[in-house]
Amino acid sequence: MRFFHFSEEPYPDAWGAERSSLRITIPNELCDPDVAHRLYHRYIDEWVLADELGYEIMLNEHHSTATCLTSSASLILSILARLTKRARLLVLGVPVGNRPDPIRVAEEMAMIDVISKGRLEFGMIKGVPYDIEPANSNAVSLMPRFWEAHDLIIKAMTTTTGPFNFEGDYFHYRNINIWPRPYQQPRPPIWVSTATPANAVEIGERGHVMASFMGGIAETVKLHKAYAQGYQAAGHGSKVPVDRFAYLAMSGVARNEAEGRRRCDLIADYLRTNAKVADPFNKPPGYFSVEAAMRSARSPNPGAFRTLFTPKGRPVELSTASLDDFIECGIAFAGTPDQVFNQICAFTDGIGGLGNMLLMAQGGHLGPEDTADSMRLFAEEVMPRLRNRQAQAQFFEAA
Amino acid sequence: MGEEAIEFEVDGSKLSVAISGQGRNILYLSAGLWFVDDSAFAQRLTAHGRVILPIAPGFGPGAVNRRWNSVDDIAYLYLDLIDRLKLSNVALVGASFGGWVAAQMAIKSCASFSSITLIDPVGVKVGDRFARDIADFYGLPDVELRARAYADPSIFEADIKKISDDELGRRVRSREALARYGWSPFMHDPKLLSRVRRICAPTQFIWGAQDRIVTPDYGRAYASHIAGASFTLIDKAGHAPQVEQPQAVLDAFISFADAYR
Repeated sequence: MRFFHFSEEPYPDAWGAERSSLRITIPNELCDPDVAHRLYHRYIDEWVLADELGYEIMLNEHHSTATCLTSSASLILSILARLTKRARLLVLGVPVGNRPDPIRVAEEMAMIDVISKGRLEFGMIKGVPYDIEPANSNAVSLMPRFWEAHDLIIKAMTTTTGPFNFEGDYFHYRNINIWPRPYQQPRPPIWVSTATPANAVEIGERGHVMASFMGGIAETVKLHKAYAQGYQAAGHGSKVPVDRFAYLAMSGVARNEAEGRRRCDLIADYLRTNAKVADPFNKPPGYFSVEAAMRSARSPNPGAFRTLFTPKGRPVELSTASLDDFIECGIAFAGTPDQVFNQICAFTDGIGGLGNMLLMAQGGHLGPEDTADSMRLFAEEVMPRLRNRQAQAQFFEAA
Repeated sequence: MGEEAIEFEVDGSKLSVAISGQGRNILYLSAGLWFVDDSAFAQRLTAHGRVILPIAPGFGPGAVNRRWNSVDDIAYLYLDLIDRLKLSNVALVGASFGGWVAAQMAIKSCASFSSITLIDPVGVKVGDRFARDIADFYGLPDVELRARAYADPSIFEADIKKISDDELGRRVRSREALARYGWSPFMHDPKLLSRVRRICAPTQFIWGAQDRIVTPDYGRAYASHIAGASFTLIDKAGHAPQVEQPQAVLDAFISFADAYR
């Protein structure tokens, strides 16, 4: 199992409880450039520490928001490509369906792969609903545009014999010929994240790494089964290596339980604030299917981004959930190293095996000393035990 | 509504059309907005002619080609409809988004139209590049949206619990379909304003005095590019005067259409 350190580079000073929206409408006069400067350097230091401690590295991007200062994952990636020595560099990801120029994406990713000497793990994502508005992207055609961009980027990365032509439904170029080509041949590993079984089937068909975020055991198993269905249908085999799966959860570790829980509770403000977005930017037209949009309109809380369910079926409202709710749902691992080890074992056994654990060890107001201590304890006392565990499944079998 | 219903498919998109009433041909292109239900007005028109009411692909439950993404896709489809039904001397009426579709049809050919009535149409850009000519209705909370769309917002049923599944389906589908055709540039074609000069059928604009989705000033600027176009303001009405003041709109339409039948 590989472990990825993840932070959204939050700007929590602007998360006042009085603010109803942390996205799209929040004015950037609330962003002090000097504070942002210090935050960038601090978060980069934490990724460099992750490299030293044996983690891999994950980052993402969001736009027009105080929840995430990474408005361009490529920029942070390129810094980390130079500053880090060994970690895999996972971007999860580039919202290629929202980008006007996929060839520019292919160029930037190839550069990062070369600068880092082949350490790029290249994630392409659909993007969350509230990133549609900042891109002014049309969500009605988002998925066909996403897959067209995906195909074009891979073709650009793997074509070595000079220019080719592309005239698709959404993108048009006459002479595509990127320099440099990627370091990893024929291309870096591709990741795609999803929350729906329909997309999971499509990812499985392509054999990419599929990441899911904070869904808990039941939802994650559904996605892994859908992936396996597509994987098998495309002729890759009935057994899916668990390195095809990744899962994102929050983690807070300390010598004593109360401190580990306190750390994770601060990180969990990430989820509690996630849906703080001005109505109606949480439901761009076409992002959800007609059926899903009708169900949501009839639901008791139509503004909710997502409702979680505990293994016993109890609904959990993200904005008000307790740390215990998150632990029960399998989306937070918190406490002492022993407790976190046991929680992760229970989770990964519950889903039938996992190759990539994505850990949000920094979030919200969790400060640099606590973050570093938590990361270090996990790396020294949890990671080796999980890596050496014999019981871990190597293949996922849908049946 | 509908004594007769026809359906046909073009390029993977299905068009459903209801036809009702007798007499002169009235092609009514509905507002298409999720926050406007103007089906009762279409029904009223049937007392005055043979009303042809198409539901554009994506606005109903039928198939829509995923490549369809511009108002021209609908405009050409409706010109096909006119050919199929062998319609002539048509009184073309379009409201809001339907008015945009009507304008895109009319710049291609007015041969089938005896008159054109546009009710608070969108479709053109009249202000400078920082001006928001058309309210960003995808970015407005429901309460503000209704306040901008209606002189009396209470006329629109906002309580989801009180509406039928059919009406909810209509709203959800039209919210998506409008974005399919008009997300960017937002609800307009940058070239349309310079092309409406080609409209040679008698043209009438009807505008809600309290419309704050597209203001009467926008309407006057739009109308000024069409030779001889008339402009009638309807009081106590917002973006959908055909819903808020149906009789006044009907009277204005009938007297205009009668003059040019």
